[in-house]
Amino acid sequence: MSQALNELGTYIEGKRPDCVLAWDVTHGELNVDVAPSSILGLVEFLKVDSTCRFSSLVDITAVDYPGRAKRFDVVYHFLSMYQNHRIRLRVSIREDQMMPSITDLHPSANWFEREVFDMFGILFSGHPDLRRILTDYGFRGYPLRKDFPTTGYTEVRYDEVEKRVVYEPVSLVQEYRQFDFMSPWEGAEYILPGDEKEAEAK
Amino acid sequence: MMDGTKGFEDALTGEQKIRNFNINFGPQHPAAHGVLRLVLELDGEVVERCDPHIGLLHRGTEKLMESRTYLQNLPYFDRLDYVAPMNQEHAWCLAIEKLTGVEVPRRASLIRVLFCEIGRVLNHLLNITTQALDVGALTPPLWGFEEREQLMIFYERACGARLHAAYFRPGGVHQDLPDELLDDIEEWAHKFMSGFMEDIDGLLTENRIFKQRNADIGIVTEEDILEYGFSGVMVRGSGLAWDLRRAQPYECYDEFDFQIPVGKNGDCYDRYLVRMEEMRQSVSIIKQAIGKLRDCPGDILARGKITPPSRTDMKTSMESLIHHFKLYTEGFHVPEGEVYCAVEAPKGEFGVYLVADGSNKPYRAKIRAPGFLHLQAMDYMSTGHQLADVAAIIGTMDVVFGEIDR
Repeated sequence: MSQALNELGTYIEGKRPDCVLAWDVTHGELNVDVAPSSILGLVEFLKVDSTCRFSSLVDITAVDYPGRAKRFDVVYHFLSMYQNHRIRLRVSIREDQMMPSITDLHPSANWFEREVFDMFGILFSGHPDLRRILTDYGFRGYPLRKDFPTTGYTEVRYDEVEKRVVYEPVSLVQEYRQFDFMSPWEGAEYILPGDEKEAEAK
Repeated sequence: MMDGTKGFEDALTGEQKIRNFNINFGPQHPAAHGVLRLVLELDGEVVERCDPHIGLLHRGTEKLMESRTYLQNLPYFDRLDYVAPMNQEHAWCLAIEKLTGVEVPRRASLIRVLFCEIGRVLNHLLNITTQALDVGALTPPLWGFEEREQLMIFYERACGARLHAAYFRPGGVHQDLPDELLDDIEEWAHKFMSGFMEDIDGLLTENRIFKQRNADIGIVTEEDILEYGFSGVMVRGSGLAWDLRRAQPYECYDEFDFQIPVGKNGDCYDRYLVRMEEMRQSVSIIKQAIGKLRDCPGDILARGKITPPSRTDMKTSMESLIHHFKLYTEGFHVPEGEVYCAVEAPKGEFGVYLVADGSNKPYRAKIRAPGFLHLQAMDYMSTGHQLADVAAIIGTMDVVFGEIDR
């Protein structure tokens, strides 16, 4: 399996050297890093090329790394039912950058891109109907960003006096508990007084 | 002026111009299979446009998972597709096992196959019978739920819960099965094939109304499958023999003998037939798995870092006690990396994309639900059909909002 994927990776890199920034096969899965500007060309190539034939879009999602300059990784999964293999494309983008939409090539990308927009606030240029999809009508903020609190900012309840559902800022009786069970001897790197002498001695 | 002097000019006024009619289907509608809101634009009785509004059951599962340990996250998977809970857990366990490199013992693997197939029967029972309900038959769901109840009793006897099982664990399954349970499942399998399947077959397959409502409705071609990313029965109903159990075998499906039924026309009726045949195949796999389980005693967990020690060890050895305590508080650590693991859930390809950062919590977990893509094609599939067919199409897509809204 890995052998075939390695061959496939070499083939894609050879055919489209301008699109592929890097590729690797880990855990028996083929990963390809792509620049945002070349994603459209590569996805089309993968779809029509007879060796690849990645004709089914499996998934589009994103991962948030707040510490990085290129904050988001947009991740595409494709499947070829004919060649029976899978591929993952990773695109790193900055927070203010837009992604080109692939809905023209894969209509199934429509809702996935809406979901990524809803959850991460990544804009897709050329998307026909970029609305929120999973969150409430009129929701604000992007829940799957790491800086969005799990509790959210607003809560709803039915108001007996006003006879309607009202939105209020979240008020918790007890603070939301995030337990940290990490072993103190595995998680932390302590610098004990005297440790520096060891380095000097070498 | 109602005295007739004005003449009949109403049809000329702006108000009387014929325009398309917009209706809301749901969110509370018995044929919507949950909380689905469809905004339908109708021209007479023909659907012109269909805009599904989803997210009414959104619980933020993926966000919640980021702040819980791997083991604590497992029960969330029962709550995705609550019709066949264990198939979802399976994908999560496979993803963790792939990253940690844990080998599941053979007995546990067989038990997983057994309960995945029970899950498939559970799902198809619900789908077929409610499909019949949507098109006007009341008896099938009453009979089908009787069978589902028996299967859920097997769930309960294996893990203690009828629905939210939390039975599959990374590294194996939670508890071993008693021999009597295997006997009872086998007895049920025989009765099911000769009893219920014959009954429902006689009730629906050649039923005139059922055929009229389903045949030639919601036709899916090979091109549509690729365009809209369909999987599972939506693919097989159109004649493509694509099944992950066969194409990319996981667990020990490669040693089981089963057929992949395919449809011919790709309409709702063919998908019904495929589901019926899949149930028969599942029952055959269940019987094979029981036979294999009887010959295969042994442990049901890969003992090690990610699984608890045996009860006797825990009571006698200090190290095991510490391990037990740390496992259920801190949880186990999963090495850094990213994997995508997919299983052939009853509804289609259910996948988990897991990004681990080496700690005891997933950095990001994306749940790829088959129903999400199927429902997305609702606009495409229902346009040009009659309003009454919308219910049949929703039914055949097999949507469950637990997994679509996550």
